[in-house]
Amino acid sequence: MSQINDFAFKMGTVNGTGSASANSILMQAIFRMGIPVTGKNIFPSNIQGLPTWYEIRVSKDGYTARPPEIDLMVAINPATYKKDVACVRPGGYLMYDSSWPMPEELQRDDITILGVPFGTMCVETFERDRDRTLLRNIAYAGALAALLEIDMDVVHEMLNEKFGKKKALLDLNFTAIRLGYDYAKANFECPLPFHLKRMDETSGHILMDGNTACGLGAVFAGATVGAWYPITPSTSLMEAFKAFCEEYRVDKATGLNNYCIIQAEDELSAAGIAIGANWAGARAFTNTSGPGISLMQEFIGLAYFTEIPCVFFDVQRVGPATGMPTRTQQGDLFSLAYASHGDTKHIVLFPANPEDAFYLSITAFDLADRFQTPVFVATDLDIGMNDWMVKRLQWDDTRTWDRGKVLNAEELEKVKSFSRYLDVDGDGIAARTLPGVGAKGAYFVRGSGHNKHGAYTEDSAEYQEVLDRLALKFHTAASVVPAPEFFVQPDAEIGIVSIGGCHAAVLEAVDRLKDQGIVADYMRIKAFPFCDDVQEFLVKHPVTFVVEQNRDAQLRAMLAIETGVARDRMTAVLDYGGEPLTARGVVSAVTTHLQGAMV
Amino acid sequence: MTSIAKPPVRHPGLPKNALGLTKRDYEGAMSTLCAGCGHDSVTAALVQAFWESDCPPHRAAKMSGIGCSSKTTAYFMKHSHGFNSVHGRMPSVTSGANAANRDLMYIGISGDGDSLSIGLGQMSHAIRRNVRMLYMLENNGVYGLTKGQFSAASDIGSTSKKGEANVQPPIDPCLLALTLGATFVARSFSGDKDQLVPIIKAGLAHNGFALIDVISPCVSFNDHEGSTKSYKYTRAHEVELTSSDFVPLRREITTPNADTEMTAVTMHDGSTVRFRKTHEGYDPTNREQAWLHVRECQKRGEVATGILYIEEGGKDMHALAKTVETPLVDLPYSVLCPGSKALDALMEEYR
Repeated sequence: MSQINDFAFKMGTVNGTGSASANSILMQAIFRMGIPVTGKNIFPSNIQGLPTWYEIRVSKDGYTARPPEIDLMVAINPATYKKDVACVRPGGYLMYDSSWPMPEELQRDDITILGVPFGTMCVETFERDRDRTLLRNIAYAGALAALLEIDMDVVHEMLNEKFGKKKALLDLNFTAIRLGYDYAKANFECPLPFHLKRMDETSGHILMDGNTACGLGAVFAGATVGAWYPITPSTSLMEAFKAFCEEYRVDKATGLNNYCIIQAEDELSAAGIAIGANWAGARAFTNTSGPGISLMQEFIGLAYFTEIPCVFFDVQRVGPATGMPTRTQQGDLFSLAYASHGDTKHIVLFPANPEDAFYLSITAFDLADRFQTPVFVATDLDIGMNDWMVKRLQWDDTRTWDRGKVLNAEELEKVKSFSRYLDVDGDGIAARTLPGVGAKGAYFVRGSGHNKHGAYTEDSAEYQEVLDRLALKFHTAASVVPAPEFFVQPDAEIGIVSIGGCHAAVLEAVDRLKDQGIVADYMRIKAFPFCDDVQEFLVKHPVTFVVEQNRDAQLRAMLAIETGVARDRMTAVLDYGGEPLTARGVVSAVTTHLQGAMV
Repeated sequence: MTSIAKPPVRHPGLPKNALGLTKRDYEGAMSTLCAGCGHDSVTAALVQAFWESDCPPHRAAKMSGIGCSSKTTAYFMKHSHGFNSVHGRMPSVTSGANAANRDLMYIGISGDGDSLSIGLGQMSHAIRRNVRMLYMLENNGVYGLTKGQFSAASDIGSTSKKGEANVQPPIDPCLLALTLGATFVARSFSGDKDQLVPIIKAGLAHNGFALIDVISPCVSFNDHEGSTKSYKYTRAHEVELTSSDFVPLRREITTPNADTEMTAVTMHDGSTVRFRKTHEGYDPTNREQAWLHVRECQKRGEVATGILYIEEGGKDMHALAKTVETPLVDLPYSVLCPGSKALDALMEEYR
């Protein structure tokens, strides 16, 4: 079987030693050769000294999910040799640093072991300790370039872009790349049976991570206030927002900022700042991860009940508790959709990749303003922190923001009187005013019981009237939030439902199932609340699989609660170990279940 | 019920301020606090101060958390937007609102439970951020709405209504604020409107976080013998470290600054705080001395009042963040959205 442009390789290194830069050079070089490529960083919650891995998948067919298997392992970290040698597919390869005698644990009869003395070569070539460590990574990139036929011109071009301004550093990197490249050429049969060949499948695409995309989305949405508390894996989202603001939001005449970023003392405060800023009329957001969402619960309820727009980005990580901060999961679905005490329900958007994250971030701000309510953008570590190959982002300059029903001074003059929570249009959405607009528009925000005029109440009927209108508003939202994406085929026998970061793997799984004669319709949920199409899909497919990354089948439960379709009619396909989903996992769960059902 | 509308009675003879508004225009809903509550006197002082300051009510925003004190934002300036948020979290909401619209006047009303227990972190960090706001801490040393528990402001040995003595040391918001770098720190007493009103006006003119800790006795749960936050105790133990006048910018200072003991501090907007008298050469512009003095008073069981510390010329949150002068809420989308050309160019960096 030809494995040109269709394989995966993985680097096992020690974090804090500079391997990230070598890995990104490899991935970007492949991308520039026109070949679809994906990278998954599997890293520790640590700054230096613990094992870290990077998987690069090359897929001529454009699959972007985590690779189903590893063809070549680059084992640089002796601490993980055992695990690393085990992950190689039979017939695959393992490259290790042969500066030291080969340890017994690397023995495996059904794979080919390639030893390259990276350490020795670097010690002999470079003088400084730091160079010897850092450049060992560039050296293995060189060896891979030889083994996989990565275009050396492209690699040189990239090193030039990266280090061009620092001649000495550039020379060191050139030398290191050649060390690995020349050694591999001289000692192994290059290229390996699986290798690269130029294509033209990446033009019109970019490599971007989801946190960057969300930060950029917030800028394009017109957000001016960002409040946050640092937390993995969402930190780089605000860093991206800041970097883009520094680029696009500095007033040319004065050098002053058309934005205000506040690093708060905790997530509670971050939520309060974002809510306060939205109340005052800015577009504001906060970004966090599961533990932060837990802390923000009270404020989320306040914003829901007092009807203040606010966008929350939740880059999900493995819970509960501190969990595994650098691993991915979709465990926050319940805690987002029904966040806070009392009767609350929230709009949640589920991007599937960074491209989607950019557009849905912008949608989130529009929805928050339109429905005057918290809106969550739920990504995960895999989407947020890994580089994905996605379509170039585009912008239509005729697009503007939807600020919803906000009465300005002129409009206020025209109304007889202003009541903050009066549903004039019958859609459950009342008009708001911004502080400072004028005495007529003044009202008092209170999280305590209030009536439709915004006045304090302890009267059952008045309170219920407000609560029922909130339910109506949520019902209106169901038909306005992004509808699911459907992938249907003629004569489908089963239905698959999935969400967020699972999308890439499920799409691939649908193809692999078809190879086996199992035809599946697939519905990718993009938002909560669910529109009518969601229920229709479930009803139409008596055999439905719900694929998600948590233990408790949270999406399946929400589908059952919100659509009335019996929970046990839907088969849960769960993956919650913290690593990105693979198509293989989905295929095997589906086929195993179907075989069981046939017996 | 916290909002009973007051009957609109016209009083044509009431004096008007520069905006043509009477004091009634600065009032709010009827108070539902207990008769004699110190907080109502603070509310009255606020009404007086805002009226005298010629502040357009709709350009002010009243912010609060939860508790008896936080309810009072409903009892003044009915023509202002108000925000009764969650317990102890008013400082963050105000920080955000101020970030979005720096042109409004923010008045935060809090209490000792709201600020010194559940919201201690929020208050501290709003001080560090130097959010421009007037922060009124209506301090009665007790949890009123939950009927009489000690608060973090209760002094050691101060007794509850049932006679139990407090054993934990108090947190003094003024000492804390001085430590955290606050640039306007004052203490007053709800029973001394003459002292409180000019302090509020000075606080409103301050270009940063202005803390006023107001001892405001709780008549229902903390006004008995044995309490150190009662009317009687406060009257007996008050030591006025400074006594001040606030002179707005447009009003000419008629009395020449002849008194050598008198210091004047020019505020950000050009108005002036004049210290009529100070206690034993007390210097309200010396942070270290202020801290020591207040601490000494505290040790003696005295309540130090007046503007305890003032520092003009500091940088508020926006100056620190280098935000544009135009409130962020007023920036049009065309200024905020980089547009397709910028995005196209940016995409080249991701290849």
